Amino acid sequence: MPKVIKTKTEFEGRTLEEYVVVEGEGLEPWEPQAALRFVGKGTPRIDGPERVTGKALYTADVQLPGMLYGKILRSPHPHAKIKKIDTHKAEKLPGVRAVLSAHNTPKIAFRRQTFLFDEIVRYVGDEVACVIADTEEIAQDALELIEVEYEPLPFVLDPEEALQPNAPKVHPSGNLLNGEPEVYQRGDLTEGFAGADVIVERTFRTQCALHNCMEPHGSVALWEGDSLTVWDSTQHIFGVREGLARLLGLPLHKVRVIKKYMGGGFGSKNNLGKYTVIAALGAKITGRPVKIILDRHEENLAAGNRPSSVQRLKIGAKRDGTLTALELKAIVAAGAYCLWPPSVGGPARELYLCPNVRTEQYTVFTNTGPLSAFRAPGYVEGTFALESLMDELAQGLGMDPLELRLKNYAEYDQTTGRPYSTKGLRECYERGARLFGWNLSPAPSPKGGGERFRRGVGMASQIWSGNGMPPAYALVKINPDGTAAVITGTQDIGTGTKTVLAQIAAEELGFALDKISVEIGDTQTGPYAPLSAGSMTVASVGPAVRLAAHEARQQLLDVAAQVLEVPRESLTIADGLLHSSALPKPVAVHEVLKNLENFMIIGRGARAPNPEDVAVNTFGAQFAEVLVDTETGEVKVERIVAVHDSGRVINPLTLSSQIEGGIIQGLGYALYEQRIVDRNTGIVVNDNLENYKVPTALDVPEIVFEMVDRPDPRANNLGAKGVGEPPIIPTAAAIANAVANALGVRIYELPIMRERVLKALGR
Amino acid sequence: MATKVVRPKRAKIPVRGPGKTPITLIVNGQAHEVLVEPRRTLLDVLRKDLGLTGAKKACDEGTCGACTVLLDGKPIYACMALALECEGRAIETIEGLARDGKLHPIQQAFIEEDALQCGFCTPGQIMSVKALLDANPSPTLEDVKRALSGNLCRCGAYPKIFKAALRAAALLESLKARNSH
Repeated sequence: MPKVIKTKTEFEGRTLEEYVVVEGEGLEPWEPQAALRFVGKGTPRIDGPERVTGKALYTADVQLPGMLYGKILRSPHPHAKIKKIDTHKAEKLPGVRAVLSAHNTPKIAFRRQTFLFDEIVRYVGDEVACVIADTEEIAQDALELIEVEYEPLPFVLDPEEALQPNAPKVHPSGNLLNGEPEVYQRGDLTEGFAGADVIVERTFRTQCALHNCMEPHGSVALWEGDSLTVWDSTQHIFGVREGLARLLGLPLHKVRVIKKYMGGGFGSKNNLGKYTVIAALGAKITGRPVKIILDRHEENLAAGNRPSSVQRLKIGAKRDGTLTALELKAIVAAGAYCLWPPSVGGPARELYLCPNVRTEQYTVFTNTGPLSAFRAPGYVEGTFALESLMDELAQGLGMDPLELRLKNYAEYDQTTGRPYSTKGLRECYERGARLFGWNLSPAPSPKGGGERFRRGVGMASQIWSGNGMPPAYALVKINPDGTAAVITGTQDIGTGTKTVLAQIAAEELGFALDKISVEIGDTQTGPYAPLSAGSMTVASVGPAVRLAAHEARQQLLDVAAQVLEVPRESLTIADGLLHSSALPKPVAVHEVLKNLENFMIIGRGARAPNPEDVAVNTFGAQFAEVLVDTETGEVKVERIVAVHDSGRVINPLTLSSQIEGGIIQGLGYALYEQRIVDRNTGIVVNDNLENYKVPTALDVPEIVFEMVDRPDPRANNLGAKGVGEPPIIPTAAAIANAVANALGVRIYELPIMRERVLKALGR
Repeated sequence: MATKVVRPKRAKIPVRGPGKTPITLIVNGQAHEVLVEPRRTLLDVLRKDLGLTGAKKACDEGTCGACTVLLDGKPIYACMALALECEGRAIETIEGLARDGKLHPIQQAFIEEDALQCGFCTPGQIMSVKALLDANPSPTLEDVKRALSGNLCRCGAYPKIFKAALRAAALLESLKARNSH
């Protein structure tokens, strides 16, 4: 019987309390030493063949009969009132089927802060109108024929300026999100700093980074009668379904959202986009399917970013390194709209044992592109500041940075008071230090000057949730031929979810891996699964799949015992064969099922609630070695050693890809990537891959990594936690610490570009 | 390559357009006639007119490599060529690699090494590796990195892509050795 329970879950640095409905019985995690056939094995992706042959159909590849293309007209002003839109010339261009604007579409509120087509535009790139035409080329031509009269308004681009009382207002309610800072406090700061022997205080700045997923955001919308089907490049098909139904006034059963393959998201595809709603409206108006795929420039203007931050951080400590107080004031640039601000103070609150902590976050609206989640939002930025200042503190105390971190090791989650279910961070430090050859005792000292190239080493720690949560559901269907299908409404955003779910089902069913198919990414066929974000897909959906497979297996055993006339308890399944001491030889599953007409076994599974008495988190440590050219200021990362603890490893092969990818993305963030906005016009000057520098094949360092790989018995029935975000969290901090070690001076601002290095060296 | 390449003399190409004009493209050894505006890129013709969506449009301005195809055996960004310019020349796309339902050794190596995550840049990466190995069957790691430096991968699959390229080279060499016996 379904049970309604109230549960607390941590998602990206904030604790949520919600009701969830759970059902079915729990399963204990596999024993750490259990002999597993599929779980824990480095299995190549089950959808590898379609991805390497070009057959995998991404949203951008969907082409329907009679399909039209939409192109969005975007604001050239950072802040303006639209006085008039004249679309007549555009409409007359042959091949143009419709021009959508505020004139001919319903006034649809979007994210509570704007409308689908608003009369005020609040950043360069804000949506103004959309042309629907036979071809992309015609749509593009028609955009230039739309005449818009703007009344430019005062604008503000810098979040610190936006906080000033006389700053232009991005929204009538003011520039501070929710009208107040987000404050966390424990203990007594004054007392904490009074008891400190040493106090270090610095201001850190991090840049605005752009996701640049290879597949741009986009949708294809098709109406069949009053039913809407949308192919969407999204990390949350059910979220898109809910949003479309709400905004278009449709019942849920008339909206189907499909996402089979996706070319990257990194958090920027967590939510419903305006382009999706516009495609749906355009398809309705024209009576034909409509495809809208953003181009690279739109992608970099309007599809989200990791917002910039200014962090004033202060740490107090005793002579022996014991932390006494920690204070953070962070200002985060939301851009024009904001759904879920990053939690920059997360690491300061959680990473180290400290009785007196205060974090204060001002999330500020500016007339720039809206933020979105970006792989470990807030924690990447916060870890850079915290771990930089910890190194500075260590230097001041004459301690090894690693020793200082071990001195302040937290055995429990200080924000909830709960002990950690498991915490392998100490092991991460020890194994990482050994692999790296960490040897800076007693303190890292700047290398002797004189030579052009200076080598430096540094390290940093990682904490993140990655615990997963209910609700998440799955079905496992066994076909008469002894094959099985896993069905769930989750998504594989490139992480390897499909493969991991197949491994879990094969393990539980006792079937060979190639007998399992995994059907995901369709709201009409799959039961609910949460968004693929927060490193929570495997830990949320995986346990539901295991339960569904378990239930299917129970049904199979019930039937087999009757068909084969053997005691049920004597039966086991391995490799698709039923074994029993009461049978002369093993019998294949399909031999049992083939005589039962088309009898179909359907197992159901629901993710159980998280434990209430422990905190479930992921941990890790990374070590970096850099070579700095003091003449050009170039920083070359030579080596990264990473050791992470995310509980049980289900697929070491695909996991290793995520670790390497996270580190490489972190390296780009540390050294190259930053959005540059022209301060006079609000225009993004590097909204392309030519001038926005993401890491290339030539930038990749040597990466060595290990996993602690110890199942977390309390996390869920797999013992596994998330791994998508952890590897990006400490990389920039470790590199910054290595650069400081190399130069003997610290750079407090990311990215660590050549000019900053040269400036730090006084050149 | 099996396809015979016939290069038309450039000077004799008449002025065409601005309306739609017939163009014959030889893609993966097969001739296709399409009627397109002269401004249409090779990438758009492949994807929209021929339904060959393996080459991806990620930037459409020659900065990412997701649309890499081979033109007369050389890797090019299909978004940077007009279809018109490619008439009569040998175009090879990701769809032409697997033969008789059997994956090409490069594709096999990409799967085995897990040289992809989201997979969107993968067809372009594979075509760049193909061009490299056609020209240099035993590349060094540095050769591989250089050959792939025009193919971005935002997921950061690079280390595995390098391994896959080297594995594919070894696979192809051993196949060649076996065939010569």
